Amino acid sequence: MTPLLRTSGLMVRYGPVEAVRGIDFEIGEGEIVAFLGANGAGKSSTLNALVGLVPVHSGTVEFLGRDITHDPAETLAPAGLTLVPEGRRVFNTLSVAENLRMGAYGIREKAAVAEAWDRVYDLFPILAERRGQFAGTLSGGQQQMLAIGRAMMSGPKLLLLDEPSLGLAPLIVEQVFELLVRLRGAGVTLGVVEQNVARSLQIADRGYVLSGGRIVGQGSAAELATSEALSGAYLDG
Amino acid sequence: MDFFLQQTVNAVSLGGTYALLALGLAVVFSIMGLINFAHGELMTIAGYVLMYCGLAGLPFVLSIGLAIGAATVAAVLMERIAFRPVRNASGATMLITSFAVSMVLQVLFQNLISVRSQPVLLPPLLTDSVRMFGFVIGVNKLLSIAATVVMLIFLDWFMKRQKTGIAMRAAAEDFAVARLMGIRANSVIAGAFALSGLLAGVAAVLWVSQRASVDPLMGFTPVLKAFIAAILGGLGSLRGAVAGGFLLGFIEIYLAAYLPPEWQEFRDPIGLVLVVIVLLIRPNGLIPAPALKAHKV
Repeated sequence: MTPLLRTSGLMVRYGPVEAVRGIDFEIGEGEIVAFLGANGAGKSSTLNALVGLVPVHSGTVEFLGRDITHDPAETLAPAGLTLVPEGRRVFNTLSVAENLRMGAYGIREKAAVAEAWDRVYDLFPILAERRGQFAGTLSGGQQQMLAIGRAMMSGPKLLLLDEPSLGLAPLIVEQVFELLVRLRGAGVTLGVVEQNVARSLQIADRGYVLSGGRIVGQGSAAELATSEALSGAYLDG
Repeated sequence: MDFFLQQTVNAVSLGGTYALLALGLAVVFSIMGLINFAHGELMTIAGYVLMYCGLAGLPFVLSIGLAIGAATVAAVLMERIAFRPVRNASGATMLITSFAVSMVLQVLFQNLISVRSQPVLLPPLLTDSVRMFGFVIGVNKLLSIAATVVMLIFLDWFMKRQKTGIAMRAAAEDFAVARLMGIRANSVIAGAFALSGLLAGVAAVLWVSQRASVDPLMGFTPVLKAFIAAILGGLGSLRGAVAGGFLLGFIEIYLAAYLPPEWQEFRDPIGLVLVVIVLLIRPNGLIPAPALKAHKV
């Protein structure tokens, strides 16, 4: 297993508050890795630090063998690393097609953009139907599809997802998880932060359990499903 | 009736200039949350370029191009030199910075050029008027309306059809996510300033072509009006800026035309009262910006 992404001693601070207190983890090529833990455990801060949305206080992040710790956010999507942010955050005032166009911002060749568009529309036929519609008028589930589709436009090697099932109807949640499995089948490596622990352990290969900004448990999905670290992490908050 | 139509042409002409200026302010505000008080000095720079080009005997069309180009370049330089270092500072810091830029430029104009108003040579055609539909319209009014229409069409095309324009709209809505997409903060902000400079340059040409003079404080009044227009329309909203600009133009011209002579002295306050009434009814402006929060870079 080649690690696609590796952190060592990753630390994130917001002023005096330590959100992530020095964590080491790896995401291997072709894996689905779940990050689990209660609210405030530091999961979102970790993902945001990986993509440069919040500064890394100390420690290092390596992607494809290169140190990207302090790379600005805008350089990472073109390098193959992107994030589907928590709460979807589609551009409400842009059309579906424009949202997707922004996802492929780093791609210059018109033909390559058209190809990415086709790929995403194949993945999400509903987006093709609604391409001219403002993203703000889509349902929550469709917005999540758009947020994932937008991230897929850049052709990422590693796709990070922050709470992709949050606030969605159960049926849609199921579709999202099925989609993640399909994306992995298409060769994308996934790092997923999820509240839906049971369902994410069903699709994940491995997982890390975070609590209070530290990793308190790790292992294969099967091991974690029965582990005490996991139940402890949620009980302790 | 003729008088009314005549005044309507004047209102569209003036409102269009306000709309272009308000758009320039809105483009920058929507992306970085900066209210650029030095926008007026971009106009003044374009005005002086027109003046010097006239003195040098350049053809007017070429002068226009140089004036607009100068305002565009000046806007980009302003961002690079003055606003980039304070980009992540509070809105108040950015506002004060823009006041400083504005004053520094005014003092430079006063000391390096002249404190007094300077005449700008205009082609005689501009001061002509034509007879249309039974009433007389100044050529400069017609050209000003035409220029405004062309600019609005260009801007609409740019914001909807061009990758950079779509990126500006995306960045205005959610800067952090725009960066995630690979949209570079520096280039999108520089682009917004270039666009605002272009709009200020065009507005300056229109402004000067109605007055044939330029002075160090030339930009102050129109840009103050443009602020009012931008707020009237909904600060940070591009459509709102256009709507606010035209509405303010109509209010000013109709008040000047129809207020009884003994009330004319109070024209501006009455106009502002009307603006306040609109804002009481629509506190976020005529067409509010979708995201009232300005994301930090």
